[in-house]
This record gives sequence, C-alpha cells and structure tokens, in this order.
Amino acid sequence: MTPEKWRANGNKMVQLTLPKNSKIHQGKEWNPPPKDAEEGRWRAYRVYRYDPDTDENPRVDTYWVDTFDCGPMVLDALLWIKNNVDSTLTFRRSCREGVCGSCSMNIDGTNTLACTMHAEEAQKETIAIYPLPHMPVVKDLVPDLTHFYAQHRSIEPWLQTDSPTPGKEWRQSREDREKLDGLYECILCACCTTSCPSYWWNGDRYLGPATLLQAYRWMSDSRDEHTGERLDNVEDPFKLYRCRTILNCTKACPKGLNPGKSIASIRALMVERGE
Amino acid sequence: MRTPLSQARGLGAAHKGPETFWRQRVTAVANIPLVLFLIFSILLHIGSDYATVKAYLAHPIVAVLMLGLVLSVTVHARIGVKEIVEDYIQSDAIRMPVMLLSSFFVIGAGLACAIAIVKISLGA
Repeated sequence: MTPEKWRANGNKMVQLTLPKNSKIHQGKEWNPPPKDAEEGRWRAYRVYRYDPDTDENPRVDTYWVDTFDCGPMVLDALLWIKNNVDSTLTFRRSCREGVCGSCSMNIDGTNTLACTMHAEEAQKETIAIYPLPHMPVVKDLVPDLTHFYAQHRSIEPWLQTDSPTPGKEWRQSREDREKLDGLYECILCACCTTSCPSYWWNGDRYLGPATLLQAYRWMSDSRDEHTGERLDNVEDPFKLYRCRTILNCTKACPKGLNPGKSIASIRALMVERGE
Repeated sequence: MRTPLSQARGLGAAHKGPETFWRQRVTAVANIPLVLFLIFSILLHIGSDYATVKAYLAHPIVAVLMLGLVLSVTVHARIGVKEIVEDYIQSDAIRMPVMLLSSFFVIGAGLACAIAIVKISLGA
C-alpha cells in the first residue's frame, strides 16, 4: 500500500489479504556465485523490492554476497550489495552502531537493526530482508514512519515545567536519574511498534509500545511537572489500553529495553491515581 | 489534508479506560475462587437427584456465591467480548452492530442465570 492510500484509509493497515497491487512476486536473481566458488563463501540474501515509480508489484530479489569481501553485519551485506551489485537498492542507514535507529527492518523474520545484527545470528542460511511490517512502503526497505513520528510528537516528549527556570539547571538526584535507565536509551527505530499485532489492528489510534515507553520516560522524570497532564493525554481505551501484553515489543527491541513493562507502569499510575 | 499530528491526536483522549482495566482485573481475581466453587459444586452433585441440587442451590450462602459468580463472569465477559470486537472488526459499519449484539447476549445470559438462582433460592 502506498503512503497516500494508507493515509486516505485513516492510517489503517490491517487487511486479511493484501490488495492486488501489494501482492509480492518472485523477483530476479542478480549475481549467482561463480561455479568454482569456495564452500560457504557466498551467502544468499532475499530482499524485498518495491519501486513506486513503476506500476509493478513488489518483488523479492535474490542477491549473493561474497562474505570474504564483506563486513560481518547484515548492514555490511546490504552496503556490499549496493556498492557491488545493485546501486538502486534503497534503505536507510546512518550511524552503523545502533544509536540512530535508521536501519531498522525485518531480518530473518525479526524486526531489528541491520547494523547490530551479525549475519551469523540468522537462523536460516538464506537471509530474508523485508521492510518493517504493516507500514506503508516508500521504496524497497524504506517504510513511511510519518504517523509513528506524529504519535511520538503527540505525547510531547520534552521537559515541561511551570516553576521559574533555575539559573543553572534543573537538579535531579542520582536515585531519580536512575529511574530513567531502561527508558532514555530508546532510539525510536520502531522495531517494537511495528512488531505489535495490536498496533497492526488499531495503529491509527493505539499509540504503540515505542511512544508509550517515551511517554513513561517523561512521566518518570523527577524534573517534569506535568505528570498529571501526561497521564490525561493517554487516558484512553485506544491510545493506551490496546496493549494485550503480547510482548513482541520487548522481544524485538534491539536495545534490550522493555516497552511492555513501561505500558504496565503507566497503567499502574492510572490505577494509583484513580482507583 | 490533515497534518500527521492532527491525525495522531485524533479526537483526543476519552479519559476512560482505567476503570474498565481495573474492573477486568478485579473480576478476574474474583472469578478464580468463584469458578472453583462452581466446579466443586458440580463435582459434589454428580449423580444427585433434582430435589437435592435444588435444595443445595437454595441455601443462602450457595445462592450468594452463585449470584456473585454470575455477576463477576458477566462483567468480565462483557468487557472481554467488547475488546475482542474492537480489536478484530475493522469495519465501523459492522463493528457497532456486532458490539451491540454481543453485549445483549452476554448481559441477557447473565440476567437469565441470575433470575434462575433468585427463583430457586426464594423457593419458587
């Protein structure tokens, strides 16, 4: 589904069958390895391709990567393909060390970062790479995360205070600072949110694990004075209460964070103030 | 032509949810002993005749526990079924009728059980 169609559909993605123009076809094999290649030197990558400039359906192409000439990570393999085989292959990447969150994609059946996933970790010999699931695709491995970012923006992820700003800084005890551990590390790669079936069903209204973890990060900040307003903002059967504790989010998080626990903590705060 | 932020904010927060969430948990906890009591009651009366079972159900303590079970299960099921409908039925045109019918069914079944227990316990 194109981003435009998706937005026209109210940011809803879930459908039992893919629309005709989204059905994935078998693509081509780009560079079969030489016949006399050493055992285990070439590894096959099956990569989702979609070009918005043609009317063609998405397809899955096969590339062979020379592992003797390529770095160890999946991102290295993608860059190797782009440099040596097919320069049209499109994906996001930047820091190549798991802090920017750009190269999140579905690799070997799991949402993760291409830059921190070792190719050796893949369960299958042929590594399948798709864009993050259930998001509209801009091109190849690039999903449209506009709605995801807007949801993050909607929880106002910045320090909010009413007291006069102190001359130097807002002070925080070591103990209070420690409460942000496991929360502040989130890089908004969207691996968790796009792995969540409840987000697939109701992503138009459900905020999803990443945004809720960020919401809890600001609720937990001892310097913030708007905890009540933050709770008000997510006190909603859809925005917060669509979490079904499936915990795909926690399993997917490439930074080892626990968004499921953050959602449970927000719910505990709701009960604490109201029940 | 709405902005992404406007779409993400939607109609704003309904300021509902915690009560439903809490009620679902409270009834879940209550259901554990109450359902165990129901199973115990059934096992106790395997092979018993109609009059014995009726007399058992008419006992005030049993009637109170059974009414509590019906109430707790009905509230729990009403919330659960509604959430399943919200999760899995995407079409707004179908969602509302299914929600109404499923609510009527759950509440109707609960009321029928309650009336039966009240009638038996009052000796009707």
